[in-house]
Amino acid sequence: MYAIISSASIWAIPLILATILIYGMYKKIPVYEVFVDGAKDGFGTAIKIIPHLVGMLVAVSIFRQSGALDMLTGLLEPLLQLVRAPGEIIPLAMLRPITGSGALAVTADMIATYGPDSFLGRLASTMQGSTDTTLYVLTVYFGAVGIRNSMYSLKVGLWADLAGIVASIFIVTLVFG
Amino acid sequence: MVNYIWLGMILIGIFVAGLNGKIDVVSQAAFEGAKTGVTVCFGLISILAFWLGMMKIAEKSGLLAKLQRLLGPFARVLFPDVPKDHPAMGYILSNLSANLLGLGNAATPMGLKAMEELQKLNPDPKKATPAMCTLLALNTSSITLIPTTVIAIRMNYESSNPVEIVGTTIFAGMVATLVAILLDRYYRFKTLRRKEG
Repeated sequence: MYAIISSASIWAIPLILATILIYGMYKKIPVYEVFVDGAKDGFGTAIKIIPHLVGMLVAVSIFRQSGALDMLTGLLEPLLQLVRAPGEIIPLAMLRPITGSGALAVTADMIATYGPDSFLGRLASTMQGSTDTTLYVLTVYFGAVGIRNSMYSLKVGLWADLAGIVASIFIVTLVFG
Repeated sequence: MVNYIWLGMILIGIFVAGLNGKIDVVSQAAFEGAKTGVTVCFGLISILAFWLGMMKIAEKSGLLAKLQRLLGPFARVLFPDVPKDHPAMGYILSNLSANLLGLGNAATPMGLKAMEELQKLNPDPKKATPAMCTLLALNTSSITLIPTTVIAIRMNYESSNPVEIVGTTIFAGMVATLVAILLDRYYRFKTLRRKEG
């Protein structure tokens, strides 16, 4: 099982690349020229996102380093004890929707501190993999096309994050608890 | 709502920093955050350029259209207001497949391309359309079949079984995605009703 999954994740990208290129060749596309033509768009798109990402990361950085995040975590701890989840998981649960790199750092830190095969290590691993950084996705995707009014997207994203966190606690307790 | 969260994070941050007697942290944190923003964007350039180049080949050769036909019925249920043969559909499907395979790097350029195409269908370019919201809902909750990064970290710390969390991850991801889809439907109909009524 492990061998299959690990080779699947190693082979996925090369296989996709080969498929795209071989199919393009078969359809007699000037592959290199078309590649360069498409790649040109990459620069402009990335530049368009800069103001959005700078704005968002400034807020996240101030919120974290001021200690506000820790305070929020402290406030939420009793709530988590209600579902008998360990309080150590709160920083990760709070960070996951806000910052991807921050959450990854916390996950790595938890795995290092408690061990990958501990309850907390498994819970952090599951949580990290099961949701995405809502604020980042929203900022980047809407920023790239200049959408100002994101409608109900943030609400949906945050509720889904909460569902993912609760589901992680539930399933990890059930399977490994 | 993004306005309030943004404002809230900064103002609460400044207030708490002042309360903790470390107000000097604020400006430093702000510049650090700004720097990270630019660094992340520059990192994105390489990934975006590479995958958008590859995607152009897939598009020109008709591979994208093939994928579209294969997964079309499923996508049509989720995106009823995107025309069947519109290029947006092909990019949406590539984005979702890349997410499913845990190819986060590849998923973003395709998702951005999908957004660009959806924007062409948008009557009000400042306001998100229901299809855009659905795409975002699927991306923020993203089911991942192979959580590559987490597995790599677990291997790094010598887990006796680095992939044992794949099952629990898929389960939790499915719950999150299901909730996202259901909520997306709920708000979509609510918005539609308000427009009609």
